[in-house]
Amino acid sequence: MSGRFFGAAVTRVEDARLLTGKGHYVDDIELAGMLHAAFVRASFAHGRIRSIDKSDALAMPGVVAIYTMDDFADIAQGPMPPMAQHPLLKTPITYHPLSDTEVRHVGEAIAIVLADSRANAEDAAAAVMLDVEYLPAVSDVVLAHEANSPTTHSQHASNIAATMTAGFGDCDKVFAKADHVLTEQFDIHRGGCHAMECRGVVANIDLLTDALTISTSSQSPYMVRRHLAAYLERDENDVRVMTPDVGGGFGPKANVYAEEFAVALSAIKIRRPVKWIEDRQEHFVATTQQRGQVWSLDVAFDNDGRMRAIRGHCIHDNGAYAPYGLILPATAIASFPGPYALEALDLTIDVVLTNLVPTSPVRGACRPNVAFLLERLADRIARHLSMDRQEVRRRSFVKAEQMPYITGLKTRDGSPISYDSGDYTGALNLVLDKIAAKDFEARRNEAKRRGKLRGLGIASCVEDTGLGPFEGASIRVTPAGKVIVATGASSQGQGHRTAFAQIAADALGVELEDVTVETADSAKFPLGISTIASRIAVTAGSSVQLAADKVRAKAITFASHQLEVGAHDLELEGGAVQVKGVPEMKIKLSEIARALAGTTGVPLPGNMEPDLAATAYFNSNALTFAYGANACEVEIDPETGDVRVVRYVVVHDCGKLINPLIVDGQIRGGVVHGIGNALFERMIYDEQGQPLTTTYGDYLLPMASEMPPIEIHHMETPSPRNPIGVKGAGEGGTIPAAACVISAVEDALGPNGPFIPVHPISPHQIVTWLKGKTAASG
Amino acid sequence: MTERSVAFTLNGEQREAKIDPRMHLGDFLRHSLGLTGTHIGCEHGVCGACTVIVDGAPVRSCLMLAVQVDGCRVETVESLGKPGELSPLQQAFAANHGLQCGFCTPGMLMTLEAFLRTTPAPTEQDVRAAISGNICRCTGYQGIVQSALDTAKANQK
Repeated sequence: MSGRFFGAAVTRVEDARLLTGKGHYVDDIELAGMLHAAFVRASFAHGRIRSIDKSDALAMPGVVAIYTMDDFADIAQGPMPPMAQHPLLKTPITYHPLSDTEVRHVGEAIAIVLADSRANAEDAAAAVMLDVEYLPAVSDVVLAHEANSPTTHSQHASNIAATMTAGFGDCDKVFAKADHVLTEQFDIHRGGCHAMECRGVVANIDLLTDALTISTSSQSPYMVRRHLAAYLERDENDVRVMTPDVGGGFGPKANVYAEEFAVALSAIKIRRPVKWIEDRQEHFVATTQQRGQVWSLDVAFDNDGRMRAIRGHCIHDNGAYAPYGLILPATAIASFPGPYALEALDLTIDVVLTNLVPTSPVRGACRPNVAFLLERLADRIARHLSMDRQEVRRRSFVKAEQMPYITGLKTRDGSPISYDSGDYTGALNLVLDKIAAKDFEARRNEAKRRGKLRGLGIASCVEDTGLGPFEGASIRVTPAGKVIVATGASSQGQGHRTAFAQIAADALGVELEDVTVETADSAKFPLGISTIASRIAVTAGSSVQLAADKVRAKAITFASHQLEVGAHDLELEGGAVQVKGVPEMKIKLSEIARALAGTTGVPLPGNMEPDLAATAYFNSNALTFAYGANACEVEIDPETGDVRVVRYVVVHDCGKLINPLIVDGQIRGGVVHGIGNALFERMIYDEQGQPLTTTYGDYLLPMASEMPPIEIHHMETPSPRNPIGVKGAGEGGTIPAAACVISAVEDALGPNGPFIPVHPISPHQIVTWLKGKTAASG
Repeated sequence: MTERSVAFTLNGEQREAKIDPRMHLGDFLRHSLGLTGTHIGCEHGVCGACTVIVDGAPVRSCLMLAVQVDGCRVETVESLGKPGELSPLQQAFAANHGLQCGFCTPGMLMTLEAFLRTTPAPTEQDVRAAISGNICRCTGYQGIVQSALDTAKANQK
């Protein structure tokens, strides 16, 4: 692609509004007669509700209604539909909009209170009395996996919801012939996500037509519509769902939530608008989390450091329900073998239910877990062989000349996974060059003189992006010459309006400010999937290009008639179709739009279709594979155990960059998310499933004072799998970051330090390790 | 609950209001006065999204009761620039991609606005310390830090 805007670091069209406080988020919606909702939530992890006494609460000031699941029986009943079916899950394990009788995690919604203000609703929610029979709970996934564990669902015989297996090649044979075999156990911590805007929903019912309108802070508004319409047995046309500005998503907001259903059901029941805004404490107990997995892996490798095969087992913590089916364990499997060319792979994942809030994708969706496993193994092999860590990777990588490379695993539809393009060795070489790895020992020695332990970490990754099936866009040129782009792709801060406007403006020869992009409103565009899995640049970006190409062709056809010039002699420039190189011979897009809007009794030229507009969908039938290599340096204070990431360098290839400013921002934010996972973010539960970290005083997120500047270098290998040559970039920062930081910490602790198979790590842990080392060496 | 009368200056204008004593300043600004630019992120004083300036100091509006502004000067993000005429700090945020979802942004702007008035020539570490009470989950902070440094530099010319 070449053009004035595609590829340029243009500043975002979103910014002026957001910077001046004129963003419009769900909580900014005010409707006449609106009621405010608060949920009565479980304060226990497992129990059966014998009865609910609402009488005191109903008598409190401002309270209008309190509903439990029974109260919705005349509208809808039963559990919610699953977001993604999986043949291994014979029965969906989904929530009811409000808990039916058995409650399975702290924070599960039991009743909804509607009042004239949020404060009154919250007061009354606290006054609803529950009579509960407590049941044994299990919060540790390894204990939950054991045969004699209490069960998360009392009617289940076991907590193992499904066992997934995948692999290729003959593992036994490769292991038998390999020079070395190592076995390691890994414990990857659960952690939360924490978009800065909590979730929120406003539901409204049209009293005349009974149509339902929902504004939700969702990454998947069309999924909300589809599932809610199915649940209510309504036509999708009678359910309008839209997202206003959304204050960050990162995965959890891609779920269709019980609260979205409960608020909608309440609005239908009470026949008034209802708003629910999640507070941060609710976010800790009711918004999905991720990452929790315990792995045991064997790796077979040769004397030269070449990784040949991996086999292993995972216990995956799915929490109390599986609203998103088996998407996380499936993603974990599909993220193997990463950048490495293995001869064989054999994986088993037990998907285990616990009495904790469910897990669902969070920025990277298990890809960071797998990057952590593979990169830790690469470091482990290097240490075992006393080899350079880079060398193990170089010898094990899929090579550029092997592209496209078929990994041996299959996608969800059964087709082979194949990496489209890339140069993984080149990326590693570049990042080591940029961080000046060859001079690292001098920096380590200099730090030592200051009493600090300095370490260098490296990590590579591959990221599948552009997940199908599709996104679409319609483009219309208005009679004023303005371009309106509408797409189902929702936005949570990724700058979609700017990126799509860049594509459309180039294709139609107009200025960026002439393009308006409308996202994720089912009344403005009929279909959409989800803003997840770094898929929108590929799917929606391509559909904008395809729709713009159609509009462009239509404008040229019209101008060809009017100007009596062959189509090939025409170009779009300055908001007009002009004869190439003869700008005075032109016809403005606004004139074409007006003409194609039609005049009574005047035929359209050449029997053209009315309206200077077109719609296109891009079917993403094959994944695009972004990749990257990261390197960082940390300094550890051996007295306090404090770890500082002092330098962080990223080499990233997401194909053609639509807007480098936006891509860099996505990567930087992602890296910081990964640093948080490596060093700070710890969601602690007691044995009974009580969360002990429900404030930002306990649960530490990365702050500016702890974060390093992040240097980014791009490689641009265009993807051959879409018309604009792009690959996704939303999660590429996070995927290798925790692995990279832990690699650096291990390097800083020195050759006598421990192998680190866990994250996050704490200062206390570091000091313990250092003491252990001193004791051992002394 | 008995409402209490307060008088204060909001973004340069004298205002009077009757306020429920338990309402915090953030809710009051957003829901009573319709100034929705101030965002509520955690309601326990850690994320900084709700930061406004009261009598020159950055304050978490979720931790201050609205009745406490009696006699005070309150500034919110709405007091900075407008979409067509951004303030220098806002322009720097746009130029440096200092925002993505925009939710923490008003709090970041107000924290830095107050900071730059008292620290006109900060170092990078000064800026990072100044916003160490504001969480951003999108940007990784770098664009925000650069925006403050660029603004300080421009102010000195």
